[in-house]
Amino acid sequence: MKEIVIQVDELTKEFGHFVAVDKITFEVYKSEIFGFLGANGAGKTTAMRMLCGLSVPSSGNATVAGFDVYRQTEQIKKSIGYMSQKFSLYEDLTVAENIHLFGGIYGLTNRQMKEGRDRLVERLGLHNEMKKRVGALPMGWKQKLAFSLAILHRPRVVFLDEPTGGVDPITRRQFWDLIYEATEEGITVFVTTHYMDEAEYCDRISMMVDGKIEALDSPANLKRRFSASSMDEVFFQLARGAKRN
Amino acid sequence: MRKKLKIKSAIAANRNTQFLAFVRKEFRHMFRDRKTLLILFGLPVVQILLFGFALTNEIKDSRIVICDYAKDEASRRIIERFAANNHFVVEESLKSHLQIEDAFQEGRIKLAVIFPANFLSDLHHLHQAQVQLIADASDPNTANILKGYATNILMDYQKELSMDSPLPYQIGSEMRMLYNPQLKGAVNFVPGVMSLILMLICVMMTSVSIVREKEYGTMEVLLVSPVNPLLLILSKAVPYLFLSLVNLTVIVVLSVTLLEVPVNGSLILLFLESTLFIITALSLGLLISNLVKTQQAAILFSLIGLMVPTILFTGFMFPIENMPVVLQWFANVIPSRWYYVIIKSVMIKGAGIQAVWKETVVLLLMTGFLLFISFRNFKTRLEA
Repeated sequence: MKEIVIQVDELTKEFGHFVAVDKITFEVYKSEIFGFLGANGAGKTTAMRMLCGLSVPSSGNATVAGFDVYRQTEQIKKSIGYMSQKFSLYEDLTVAENIHLFGGIYGLTNRQMKEGRDRLVERLGLHNEMKKRVGALPMGWKQKLAFSLAILHRPRVVFLDEPTGGVDPITRRQFWDLIYEATEEGITVFVTTHYMDEAEYCDRISMMVDGKIEALDSPANLKRRFSASSMDEVFFQLARGAKRN
Repeated sequence: MRKKLKIKSAIAANRNTQFLAFVRKEFRHMFRDRKTLLILFGLPVVQILLFGFALTNEIKDSRIVICDYAKDEASRRIIERFAANNHFVVEESLKSHLQIEDAFQEGRIKLAVIFPANFLSDLHHLHQAQVQLIADASDPNTANILKGYATNILMDYQKELSMDSPLPYQIGSEMRMLYNPQLKGAVNFVPGVMSLILMLICVMMTSVSIVREKEYGTMEVLLVSPVNPLLLILSKAVPYLFLSLVNLTVIVVLSVTLLEVPVNGSLILLFLESTLFIITALSLGLLISNLVKTQQAAILFSLIGLMVPTILFTGFMFPIENMPVVLQWFANVIPSRWYYVIIKSVMIKGAGIQAVWKETVVLLLMTGFLLFISFRNFKTRLEA
């Protein structure tokens, strides 16, 4: 029996008459890479905001890391990490200062901070860059640093919102190596993406169309079901029926 | 029970480290941005020097003409005084007042003084005489000030004349200038510059620094983190409060040493009132940051939406009492209008809190209102 980290049951968000997220139901298991796909406006971001405790659902239930999205948003925020599609570190601060800031935000002790920093520096090979301003680093490194900071406090779940926008394929591959390493440490990854080659890296994928989840399975099963040769085709077949956009 | 206490203090300690981490971050942002920092520190110095020396409304060496139909002892005495006064340079003496208009149109002179015939005999027999002053009112401020200088000269002479006479002599109109008898310009401008600078720095810098986080996407990351939004805002205010107090000190030191505008009242009261005004401005900046999405919009909003009304309606450029009633009402919404009154009272007139408590209460209410609105706004924005 796999441990459930995120449980979502008929979760709905309405803005007036507009139903942004329409009764979605799914589970995410521990150490899984869960891909959250859908065209622009399908409701991905709204769903993710509800799970992060930023937005109150209109109806339905959900728990993240065992905490309720209505009543326990503070606990949720402590148990998750987040990386947005925009590059979101402070460019005018050095690498070390960024690490200390995020350590401070999540209330790490000095020892945890030092351990986390050493682990991060080791993994990314940033030994000589600690005193450099983040703005001076190449894009690929920034992206990897942003991810490493999102998991600095060892969250149960990390939410990645289109993390690899504007990054070349080689760096993207390296980025995914980092994600795999994180899952090996027991961190669950919830990722939205536009890149279908990235979708292939996920353990399971949910396809959102017009606020509903139209398909949810492993990439291999999805391709079989839609008799498609690639995820691109699966996505195209599903998204073609979309009314929004 | 003890365990609960322990958890509580652990949470408090956590808050403290969070807060310190943020304040440190904000100071770093501020000091790393050298160009902006230079502007922020240079601005008050430049403004004080500009307003104090270049843009002073104290007018020196204004060219005037005198048209003397009397040519008697009294008119000669008065002309001598005009010539000796450093506000005026007597350009020439005209034969006829018909030439005066030409001189004005050519822009050669700012003021004309006309003595009617029989000036002295009017004074002697009627104890009353008129001098006509004509000023170039295309620049009303200058005209007004020159009129003041000229009236002073006339009154001086009148006083001297009346000393050895049982009945007083009267020349021209009566005018009384309280607190600033020499119409010293800096007395008006120092409190004005203080309001202006504090308003500019606090409003613009807070709004820009918050909007910058929105624009860069770092705000999103902070909102997903367990940081209390209130703490976040507070940590942003700390560096700018600090910077503003440094600026305030620079302005006060400059005005005392260079412009010879003394601090007549309590220095502590001056700084306390200024801190209150800084907080008012910071909360206004916070409100703006809620309303706009980009840094440019924040700058534009603060500059055009606030700087212009601040300059117009604070009262140091244009007296509010002379404005139409509707504009007077509008002026009451501008925080610097109240701060200006407070600073003028405390700094120039040497007044205590009992003289400015009403204005202080107004500023307090404004601050409370602004903070209430922006925090409510901030919350609903998170919910959406």
